[in-house]
Amino acid sequence: MTNRITIESVVDLLAHAKAMETEALERYLDLAEQMEVHHNPEVAALFRKMARVEGLHVEKILEKAGDKTLPHIPPWEYQWLESESAEAITVEDAHYLMTPHHALTLALRAERRAFDFYSRVVATAAPGEVLELARELMEEEGEHVGLIEQWLAKVPEPDEDWAEDPDPPLLQE
Amino acid sequence: MTSSPAPMPGLTARDYKSEVKPVWCPGCGDYSVLLAITKALAELKLPPEKVSVISGIGCSSRMPAYMNSYGFHGVHGRAVALATGLKLSRPDLTVLVTGGDGDGFSIGGNHFLHACRRNVDLTYIVMDNRVYGMTKGQPSPTTEPDWDSALSPGGTGLRPFNPLVIALASGANFIARGFSGDSNGTARLIVEAIKTPGFSFVEILSPCITFRQDQRGWKKIVRPAPVDPTEDIGRAARRLMTDDGFNLGILYVGGREPYRLQLEGGEREPAELESQFVV
Repeated sequence: MTNRITIESVVDLLAHAKAMETEALERYLDLAEQMEVHHNPEVAALFRKMARVEGLHVEKILEKAGDKTLPHIPPWEYQWLESESAEAITVEDAHYLMTPHHALTLALRAERRAFDFYSRVVATAAPGEVLELARELMEEEGEHVGLIEQWLAKVPEPDEDWAEDPDPPLLQE
Repeated sequence: MTSSPAPMPGLTARDYKSEVKPVWCPGCGDYSVLLAITKALAELKLPPEKVSVISGIGCSSRMPAYMNSYGFHGVHGRAVALATGLKLSRPDLTVLVTGGDGDGFSIGGNHFLHACRRNVDLTYIVMDNRVYGMTKGQPSPTTEPDWDSALSPGGTGLRPFNPLVIALASGANFIARGFSGDSNGTARLIVEAIKTPGFSFVEILSPCITFRQDQRGWKKIVRPAPVDPTEDIGRAARRLMTDDGFNLGILYVGGREPYRLQLEGGEREPAELESQFVV
């Protein structure tokens, strides 16, 4: 977690981008599993779809990296703006009765964090390759934000009582 | 730190996860602790077959099933005792102990004290949510005295157990506190705990989103400890006694030599040991 980003090489930026997309992909898979275990197939399918999309993003980053060797960065030394990887949904925000609207709202938040991360890199990088790549990645994340906003607009908002379970699995008696 | 096994350069955190899908409630902090543990093991490049995760009973004690290492889901409160036996007989393994506050500080409280005192080279990770979640939300040893619930109307009125102070007073060689909402920071603590010889104790604040909705607020309360790790036990004691329970980081690192089994005549093969018990 950092307030100041100092990414000075293309390989460092690509290492961040790869970690960001990979962790987003893995988090969506974890969340899909959670929803499957808790019998929420609609949201599970949505998370699996998001994981497939993130998988394509990972491939795209690897294409950009080409034959460059990316540095190994320990998880706690990435320069995310918050403690967790920029594009990964926070696990704590999941709920077994969540709706597609909730899931997409979380996905949108994650995409915006990714956009903010690259925006910060753009704001701090010196003119050159890093700045160009950061701008390109920022624009891509901006497109993702737009796509999820459009998707979210088509999904009904949850009912007020969406979290009420008439037969809760864990009720204090 | 255990003897150095051949590192596994190509493994990622996901390679340390098993195929078993966790049954924790979505939103539970334990998912992030699982992530932190697997990130730590990947960072240390430990071969999964050289890692063993031992647990007792409770939500967080399901951890071994979700990991692609060796493991043992033992009986309530006895995880540390099991792990001690394993580490003494197989010092080549990296042995982690995982569990919750009820398992570790109530049912297993006595084992906890003596594990700290013995200082066997183990890493004990306690996912503290200040409640017995698996059995529907009874107060645990770390529950606040005024926590009001259907099962404890008005609260217990009891002073909470302070596991970090107890660990320090009992001889633990490494003491840290993490937060599940920061899996990367927690991974770093676990890496350091494993690397430090002797008994390492890592308390991880891991909210129970089902019975302790109030713990969602922890995210806004936790903060990095404003002080560096200390080797001075007196200074650590003062810090921990005045700590509000939300300072994160490595809080104490001692220099005690870990306890190791000294076998007369050197190490013996398991078959040789078993032969003594043949009827």
